[in-house]
Amino acid sequence: MIAEIGHFALVLALAVACVQAVVPLVGAERGERAWMDLAGPAAVAQLVLVGIAFAALTHAYVTSDFSLLNVAQNSHTDKPMLYKVSGVWGNHEGSLLLWITILALFGAAVTAFGGNLPPTLKARALAVQALITVGFLAFILFTSNPFERLDPPPMNGSGLNPLLQDPGLAFHPPFLYLGYVGFSMAFSFAIAALIEGKVDAAWARWVRPWTLAAWVFLTLGIALGSWWAYYELGWGGWWYWDPVENASFMPWLAGTALLHSAVVVEKRDALKSWTILLAIVTFGLSLLGTFLVRSGVITSVHAFASDPTRGVFILMLLVVAIGGSFMLYAVRAPALKTGGLFAPISREGALLLNNVLMATGAGTVLLGTLYPLFADALSLGKVSVGPPFFNSVFVPLMVPMVLAMGMGPLVSWKRGDLAGALARVKLAMAAALAAAIATWVMQGGSAGPWWAAGGIGLAVWLLLGTLTEIAERVRLFRAPLGDSMRRAANLPRAAWGMTLAHGGLAVLIAGMTASSAWKAESVQTMTIGETVTVAGYAFTLKAVRDVDGPNYLATEGTFEVAKDGKVFALVTPEKRTYRQPPRPTTEAAIVGTFLGDVYAVIGDAVPEGGWVTRLYFNPLVPWMWVGCLIMVAGGLVSLSDRRHRIGAPTRARAAAAQAAKA
Amino acid sequence: MRRLLLILACLTAFAGPAIAADPSEMLKDPALESRAQHLGKELRCLVCQSESIEDSNADLARDLRVIVRERIQSGESDDQVMQYVVDRYGDYVLLRPPFKASTLVLWVGPFALLLAGLAAAAAFYRRRTNAAPPPPPLSAEEKRRLEALLKDHPPS
Repeated sequence: MIAEIGHFALVLALAVACVQAVVPLVGAERGERAWMDLAGPAAVAQLVLVGIAFAALTHAYVTSDFSLLNVAQNSHTDKPMLYKVSGVWGNHEGSLLLWITILALFGAAVTAFGGNLPPTLKARALAVQALITVGFLAFILFTSNPFERLDPPPMNGSGLNPLLQDPGLAFHPPFLYLGYVGFSMAFSFAIAALIEGKVDAAWARWVRPWTLAAWVFLTLGIALGSWWAYYELGWGGWWYWDPVENASFMPWLAGTALLHSAVVVEKRDALKSWTILLAIVTFGLSLLGTFLVRSGVITSVHAFASDPTRGVFILMLLVVAIGGSFMLYAVRAPALKTGGLFAPISREGALLLNNVLMATGAGTVLLGTLYPLFADALSLGKVSVGPPFFNSVFVPLMVPMVLAMGMGPLVSWKRGDLAGALARVKLAMAAALAAAIATWVMQGGSAGPWWAAGGIGLAVWLLLGTLTEIAERVRLFRAPLGDSMRRAANLPRAAWGMTLAHGGLAVLIAGMTASSAWKAESVQTMTIGETVTVAGYAFTLKAVRDVDGPNYLATEGTFEVAKDGKVFALVTPEKRTYRQPPRPTTEAAIVGTFLGDVYAVIGDAVPEGGWVTRLYFNPLVPWMWVGCLIMVAGGLVSLSDRRHRIGAPTRARAAAAQAAKA
Repeated sequence: MRRLLLILACLTAFAGPAIAADPSEMLKDPALESRAQHLGKELRCLVCQSESIEDSNADLARDLRVIVRERIQSGESDDQVMQYVVDRYGDYVLLRPPFKASTLVLWVGPFALLLAGLAAAAAFYRRRTNAAPPPPPLSAEEKRRLEALLKDHPPS
């Protein structure tokens, strides 16, 4: 019964979305206030209805209602409660329902926080948002109904892929989707602005916080996914350039570019049509990511099911959404008035350079991800595009990006002075060079990879460049300390946000470089009492025992890890075999230190006696996670900026300004 | 049917999450083993989704790992080993696609994109400067008023 209520709520939500997609749009065109005002309550009603559906499915999972096909296929009574709940979105239908729930959440958020939006813009944005909802609700109802019944119901379910039975799954998809779907706000506002034919600083000030919020969520989602892969796949890799990872990375790159170009719109009233295009492209890439993962074009652990009708449906959705927006853009964008001027060497110029490089990066990842599909379709032969390609093309493209990033914030607005900015980063430049040379010497010259020194140098350059900028702003060491403190306190939060985000990237780059360059590993068969030393850490296999988990059996090894003769940690990696579905997983044991992760994995028993073990030292890996968290913190701090909280100038004030001008 | 087999093979590949290369297949000489791993990272596990043979647990990946190691041990150079594998499995096995007509767009594309982006930015600046000619010099009247203003309110 509860499942039917959920199903019915989804159908009702589709009806509401249809109304919300049409009435406010027409109302805005005709200037009918009552029609426009329908958008708000409709968005809230949608959230309630979709929320009911989501709760109904969650109820079915929690109570293990195997009369639902979806639950029977993806759950099991033995599964711990956390995975029963997170299992709701650990499958195709459920993850789509999560997508729609988050979409409804954002729509309702516009209603809640959009009190001072111009009414026509708000009505149009919510109508566009509803159009997306219509597409996805139709998709879920017609091709992927999570409430499909099964008769007769089986005694028990088939269980969830053990790889997904991990706390990481509970959080990785929701954050990723909050990011993906969050970009729909920028998209809806961009389409609304195109319909209105007006983009101004107030528009940018509206779009920025939403984009920033989406960016924060997506950053967190990607980092969580990477972290999950790092500890779950059992060999210490953290990024595979897998098409599914790329699918989340492309919107991140485009979204980052969008964040930066929106600054130029807000400050200089320029780059308007480019920013609108970026907003469309960013959400388009989010949709494409959903398509790639959901259609089964790409098989991986993420593609829970592949069904050609679903693929065709979502491809149509993609074509209509993206094609329609581009067409509207082509018609309306040329009419957007160009705004303020700025020189190539200026803060705006630096932001534009960021945009060129970020867009190229996103384009490269897109090309590499889709090329095998194109080559196949055009009968150019089967091509594989893997990590070696991306590492040798994408990474070099990001080098000028980081170089420019180190001093971009030091160039002044409108017309900058390159020589002056260069003079101010002399120290950072010298330190970066020194760090690169020191790295080269410490790794024993060509004994390590040649690019490691460059990576560390870039990280130091970016960190010091960023710190130089903030130090200048508070006049550190130039003014009395108390004065600097006061300036620091008075700086807008957005400035601190930028410093944190850029600094976090520097820490991340150091972590990525070190862990790729100097990973130490040792694979062998070990017997009880045997000791193997990796990067100065002596691992002694103390014991191996069988462990009976809630829904798995595990072989658990106990290693004593010693450094310089002193016992440093006792770790217990596991190799689990799940009962339903019967599949093994590895649970690596990881001890994080400042300089890196001590990482141990136990494998199968060997007939001659002993167990296969894989022992690693992964240098600076914790820095990557800390770097990502700093970036996220930067986004949050920036989001708390007063300007964002207040949003666009209120209508009353804008009207007053208009009157004053007249 | 072939498709189904592929999918099944992938599923079994996921069954053993990437505990590839077990110690028995590894070469005794660490220098040769490191060469083998280096080459293995460039080779695709043919039945998996973008996994290299070093990272995959599929049987086919294991066979390829063994082939690579046998070839290296028999004294072949890296290029010879790669050529041997490509001759048997085609370009599809290479995770870094070779540069040729069919991959021209892939390899040149990113740099063409970058150039196009930079050119568009340059055109943007040129258009903006042309579109906004420098303001005409001040007329005598304006100069007089400016001086008067400056005299009354000297810039601080």
